[in-house]
Amino acid sequence: MGNLIEVRNLQTQFFTQDGIVHAVNGINYDVAEGETVAIVGESGSGKSVGVMSLIRLIPEPPGKIVNGEVNFDGQDLLQLNEEELRQIRGNRIAMIFQDPMTSLNPVLTIGRQITEALELHLNMNREESRARAIELLELVGIPDAGARLDDYPHQFSGGMRQRVMIAMGLSCNPQLLIADEPTTALDVTIQAQIVDLVTRLQSELGMAIIWITHDLGVVAGLADRVLVMYAGFIVEEGPVDVIYGQPRHPYTLGLLRSIPRLDLGRQKRLIPIEGLPPDLLDPPQSCPFAPRCPFVIDKCLEENPPLMSIDAVRKSACWVDLSDVEIYDTSADEQVEAVA
Amino acid sequence: MTTQNTESAGVSTAQDSNQSDVLLNVQNLKMHFPITRGIILQRQVGSIKAVDGITFELMRGETLGLVGESGCGKSTTGRAILQLYEPTAGEVIFEGQDLTEINSGELRRMRRRMQMIFQDPYASLNPRMTVGSIVGEPLEVHKIGGSRREQQQRVQELLEIVGLNPYFINRYPHEFSGGQRQRIGVARALAVNPSFIVCDEPISALDVSIQAQVINLLEDLQSEMGLTYLFIAHDLSVVRHISDRIAVMYLGKIVELADREELYENPLHPYTQALLSAVPIPDPEIEKKRQRIILEGDVPSPAEPPTGCNFNTRCPQVMEICHQYEPSFADVGDGHRVACFLYDEVESLDESGQPVSHTA
Repeated sequence: MGNLIEVRNLQTQFFTQDGIVHAVNGINYDVAEGETVAIVGESGSGKSVGVMSLIRLIPEPPGKIVNGEVNFDGQDLLQLNEEELRQIRGNRIAMIFQDPMTSLNPVLTIGRQITEALELHLNMNREESRARAIELLELVGIPDAGARLDDYPHQFSGGMRQRVMIAMGLSCNPQLLIADEPTTALDVTIQAQIVDLVTRLQSELGMAIIWITHDLGVVAGLADRVLVMYAGFIVEEGPVDVIYGQPRHPYTLGLLRSIPRLDLGRQKRLIPIEGLPPDLLDPPQSCPFAPRCPFVIDKCLEENPPLMSIDAVRKSACWVDLSDVEIYDTSADEQVEAVA
Repeated sequence: MTTQNTESAGVSTAQDSNQSDVLLNVQNLKMHFPITRGIILQRQVGSIKAVDGITFELMRGETLGLVGESGCGKSTTGRAILQLYEPTAGEVIFEGQDLTEINSGELRRMRRRMQMIFQDPYASLNPRMTVGSIVGEPLEVHKIGGSRREQQQRVQELLEIVGLNPYFINRYPHEFSGGQRQRIGVARALAVNPSFIVCDEPISALDVSIQAQVINLLEDLQSEMGLTYLFIAHDLSVVRHISDRIAVMYLGKIVELADREELYENPLHPYTQALLSAVPIPDPEIEKKRQRIILEGDVPSPAEPPTGCNFNTRCPQVMEICHQYEPSFADVGDGHRVACFLYDEVESLDESGQPVSHTA
């Protein structure tokens, strides 16, 4: 499969009264056609800003994409003018957002909100777009779609609203769907419905997905490849099973260790990541994770490690070799169980 | 029905709790909020049954996890127990006293024994008060902690206990991160030396790497001070980690209550089963193999809960009887209680060889 989108040295900053916020500090990655890439990170890690920058949905000012290239189907999205970009946004690259309450317009029926994109991008007339809207609502599992087309967003539950958002996102058969924490505001049983829906739709329609989240659990069941972000840098990248099986960056390791797992038997104490993320107004020149890192060595304080290839498929931005570190120290437990 | 049994048994349980180590005994607690219509002459046209008859006990020193999805009434339960709402019906017997019966002066004295930690560390701290005055306020309200100097010392001691620098005493909440603010909230709750703390989603607003810090803090404080927690959360992985026993709520009722390991290894109620299967596990190998029970539809409105079992609109194993009668919250052995006819009937068949006729 060829690459659908190639991001090169993307740098986004916010020019605020207090100074320059270094939100995204030169990230590189590719997304192949039909692939699901998850971008994982905590609030302020730059995961959303990094992806919003791809289609220039950064409020300008204060934000500014100061450097980089985003190659999508032979064009650099960062060089397009507003009109050319509008042909791509919502059409070939679609988005679904975290909060279905605020991302739908409360004074328009959901039918109108779906047909708008169809009329704009696909030049459909009223009847055609209406028929397609009903089809889309059925596709995302909204019962009695024809009647619900004339309802307003407040008449839907949270999970149903997110389905409407997905229907809107899929309306023009996008090649890339950007999902920005689409299940964070939802309950677990509804989250399971939505994840199930998106995976099913992807196998039917074949679009690529960039899924932004802080939930390592959701990613495990959904992604082909994972990018872990910290302080505006990609610190680790690789196929999902490799990242979870043997993380090679101390931050990824720390995240996996600090969350309780439903399936593991009696867990002892959680191992939190001590301290706080760095202030992006004044980012350190050293490795940004160094102050919180249990494996820190002198070199980390002198030079920020770039994202380096470890093997054919994975990269990590760390000077230390973590290949011998176990995520969960279960050896003691297993021995006890074996004896018993 | 159980409700009637428990009501009549309420008095004797109150006396029992003095002797045993039951700290809190909640009997058939109901919290209904009126729906009114009309501007000048308001008349009640219905009620939101946020909590609709729940019964459980809390042992001294234990952590009871209360899980459920948004709108199931778990936070309302916490607040109704602390009498932050006036419950519609039921008893809340705390350290031998029924909190729903006592007058406001007595209640205020009891509040020293029970505290709350809130979800949102941004909204639950007054931005115009210093950390010192936030943590010190309960000492002043309850007139404990002695002179101003002694109070300040106590506040600094509390900050140290929760892992904050005592030097921060004159700072304001906005100078702290989310995790640090939550620590301030914990220090405030600890100020009056409570025996019981309701933790209402204390970590859901925090980042993953910070959540573990606060969970560890709560665990440490419990083992040092012998605290009892009612831990309300929607994240089942966290609840499993921190709780001794777990109660699962759905639409205002507890549908299942069991020891932690028992609940996760042997969930009986179809809702618990679905809930557990929906929780993602951070392991791609396991995720690939897992079979999810995907529940159809949404939670019904608590203003018009379905007749019969609350869960009958979404239950994958729904039967005829579920539409007609409400299952009792019955013990199926070793304190594992479940409200479901799947188990009710099996049990009755074993005893008499015939299905028991259920009467409402």
